[in-house]
Amino acid sequence: METNATDTFELSEEARAEIDRVVPRYPEIRSAALPVLYIVQGEKGYLSNEAIEWVSARLELEPINIYELVTFYPMLLREPTGKRHVKVCRTLSCALNGAYRVCDRFREAFDCELDEVSPDGAVTVEYVECIASCHTAPVVQIDEELYHNVDEDRTEELIQMIRSETKSGS
Amino acid sequence: MPHPKERRLLLSHADEPGYTGSYEDYTARGGYKTLEAAIRREPAEIKKEVLDANIRGRGGALFPAGRKWGFLDPNSDKPVYLICNADESEPGTFKDRQLIHKDPHQLIEGMMISAYATGTKLAFIYIRGEMFGGARILEEAIEKARANNLVGENILGSGYSCDLIVHRGAGSYICGEETGLIESLEGKRPYPRLKPPFFPAAKGLYMCPTIVNNVETLCQVKHAVELGGKEYAKIGVPNCTGTRIWSLSGHVNNPGYFEVEGGAYTFGDLIYDMGGGLREGRSLLGFIPGGSSTKVIKYDQRYRGKLQDGTEVDWGVEDIPLDCDGCNYFGSSSGSAAVMVMDDTTDVVMALANLNAFYAHESCGQCTPCREGSLWLKKITHRMIAGEAREEDADLLKSIADQVEGRTICAHGEAVAWPVQGFILRFRDEFIDYARRQARERAAREQETTAAVA
Ligand SMILES: Cc1cc2nc3c(=O)[nH]c(=O)nc-3n(C[C@H](O)[C@H](O)[C@H](O)COP(=O)(O)O)c2cc1C
Ligand code: SF4
Ligand code: FES
Repeated sequence: METNATDTFELSEEARAEIDRVVPRYPEIRSAALPVLYIVQGEKGYLSNEAIEWVSARLELEPINIYELVTFYPMLLREPTGKRHVKVCRTLSCALNGAYRVCDRFREAFDCELDEVSPDGAVTVEYVECIASCHTAPVVQIDEELYHNVDEDRTEELIQMIRSETKSGS
Repeated sequence: MPHPKERRLLLSHADEPGYTGSYEDYTARGGYKTLEAAIRREPAEIKKEVLDANIRGRGGALFPAGRKWGFLDPNSDKPVYLICNADESEPGTFKDRQLIHKDPHQLIEGMMISAYATGTKLAFIYIRGEMFGGARILEEAIEKARANNLVGENILGSGYSCDLIVHRGAGSYICGEETGLIESLEGKRPYPRLKPPFFPAAKGLYMCPTIVNNVETLCQVKHAVELGGKEYAKIGVPNCTGTRIWSLSGHVNNPGYFEVEGGAYTFGDLIYDMGGGLREGRSLLGFIPGGSSTKVIKYDQRYRGKLQDGTEVDWGVEDIPLDCDGCNYFGSSSGSAAVMVMDDTTDVVMALANLNAFYAHESCGQCTPCREGSLWLKKITHRMIAGEAREEDADLLKSIADQVEGRTICAHGEAVAWPVQGFILRFRDEFIDYARRQARERAAREQETTAAVA
C-alpha cells in the first residue's frame, strides 16, 4: 500500500502556522513553493523525499514540480550539512585577494572535502559565487552571518570559533 | 566617511554616525514625506516626473525607468505587478546590499511611490537567498511601514492599497535576469523567457503587466519625485542623470562604494583618488568596468575621436567619465557600475578561468550554445591553469565565445561570451606567452625525467 507523505510527515505547529500564514499571501499558490521549502528546510535541516512530497501536496502540486526546484536551486539541500555551513566566496575579487587559500585552510582544519560534511560533523565547506561584498574581500558566510576581510589570522579565529561552538553541542 | 568627490543622494544617511536606518531615524530626516505628497497627486503626474528625470536602470541594462513604465498598457484590465530586483549577483556589484542594509525605508518609499505611479496593488522584493540579514531587515522595515499605514490597505487615507512581499531566492544567479526572476517568483525553475513576446511590461508575472526594476533604480525614483523630474535631471549629465553608486573592488588600497554625480569624475579619480590607488610598487593592468560580464579594459587603451554629441576627445583609460556610456568608447559597458581592478601581478589566465567557472556554473541550461559553450570555455581555461595550455587556446576560446553571443534566449549568453572576447582581445599575447612558458616547462621536466631514467 502506498503511504501518504501528508499523513506521516511530521512538522512542528509553528512551522505549519508559518506556512498557513505565508501561502495565502501569494496570488497563485505555486509562488509559495520557495518560502514553504525554506520553512521546512529550516526545521529539518534538509529536504527529504518525504518533505518534498508533503510540500507538493500542501501546495496542490505534483511532486515533480517540487523535485525540479530542489534539483535546481543550490540553496535547497537534499542532504544534511555539518553543524556549521561555511561558504567561501570564490569569485574574482575574492580570488584576487586570497579566497582559494582561505577555503583550503578551512578544509585542512576540519579534514574535509569540498561540499562534504567533515568527519566530526562540525562543518560543510563550500564555495559560493560572488556574494555582493567584494570590497571586503575575501568574504566567508557561516550559516546566516557574513564575515569580512578574512585574512589568514581571521581564518584561524573563525576556525577556532566554529570548533568551540560545535563542541559545546550547539 | 564619504569621499569629498562623492555626492550622496541615496547614501546620504547610510554612513552618518548614529544613523541606524530605523523607521524613526528615517522619518526624523524627512522620510516618507515624498510618498505622502506623491499619493495626493495623479499617478500620471508621477510617471511624468520619472520620465523627465531620465533615470537609467541601474541593474546593468541602463534602460530608462520612465520609458519602461510607459510600456504598460493603460487599457489593460489585468493587475499590474512591481518587482524590485534585489538579486544582486553580478560579480563585483555590492551597492544594493548597502542600500538594503543601511536605509531600507528609502527603498520601501521608492517602491510605494513607483507602485502608486504604475497602479500596482501587489509588489515584491526578490532578494538573493544568501542575503539572510537583508531579508530580515526588509521584513522588519515593511512591518514598521505597515504599522504606520505606509504599506497595505488605504495608504495614508488615500484610498490606494498595495501590499509588499519579500521573496527570497535560492542561490541561482540567473534569477537576476528579469524573466528568470519572474519564473522563479511563480515557483518554477528560473528559466528565462523568450523576448519577444514575453516583455515583462506586457506579459510578466502570471502573464500580467509587470515592471522589474533594480534596488538602486527604485531608490532613485524617490529622489527624482522629491526634487521633481526636471530638477533631478540637472544633476549629472544628460546620458547619466542623478548619481550612480560605483562598487570598487580588487587590487586597490581603498575598495568600497562611491556615490558620484553622473559624469562628474573619471575612472582615474575613482581608482587613484577615491580608491586610494594601487598597492605599493604595483601598477594598473586593467579593470572590468561594469560587473564581471563586461569586457575588460586594458591600461594602455586610448580613444581618439568623436563622442556621440560630436565632441572631439583623446582619452586614456583614466579619462573615461564615470557616467553611463563612456565605457562604450572602449569597447565595453558601465553595466552595473562594478569596477574590478587588476594590478600587474594578476595572472590573466587565472582571472578568466575564474570568470568562466562562474558563468558555466550559472547557465540555466536551456540553450545549447550557452550551456555547452560555457562549459567548453571553462574546461579550456581550467586545463590552461592546470599546466596544459596550448598556443592555439587563445583563438579557440574566442571562436567558441563568438558562437555563443547572440544565439541564446537571454543575455547570459553575452555574459558568457564577453569576458572571453574581452580578455583575448586585450591580452592575446599574454595568453600565448603563457602557453609557450608552460611548453618550455613541460619540455624541461621531460628532459629531467629522461635524464633520470638514462
Ligand atoms: C544574466 C543576467 C543577470 C542579471 N542579474 C541582475 C541582478 O542581479 N540585479 C539586477 O538588478 N538586474 C540584473 N539583471 C538585469 C535585469 O534583467 C533587468 O534588466 C533589471 O532588473 C531591470 O531593472 P533596471 O531597469 O532598474 O535596471 C541581470 C540580467 C542578466 C541578463
Ligand atoms: S542564455 Fe544561458 S542562462 Fe539564458 S536562457 Fe539560455 S541557457 Fe539559460
Ligand atoms: S567576489 Fe567575493 S563577494 Fe564579490
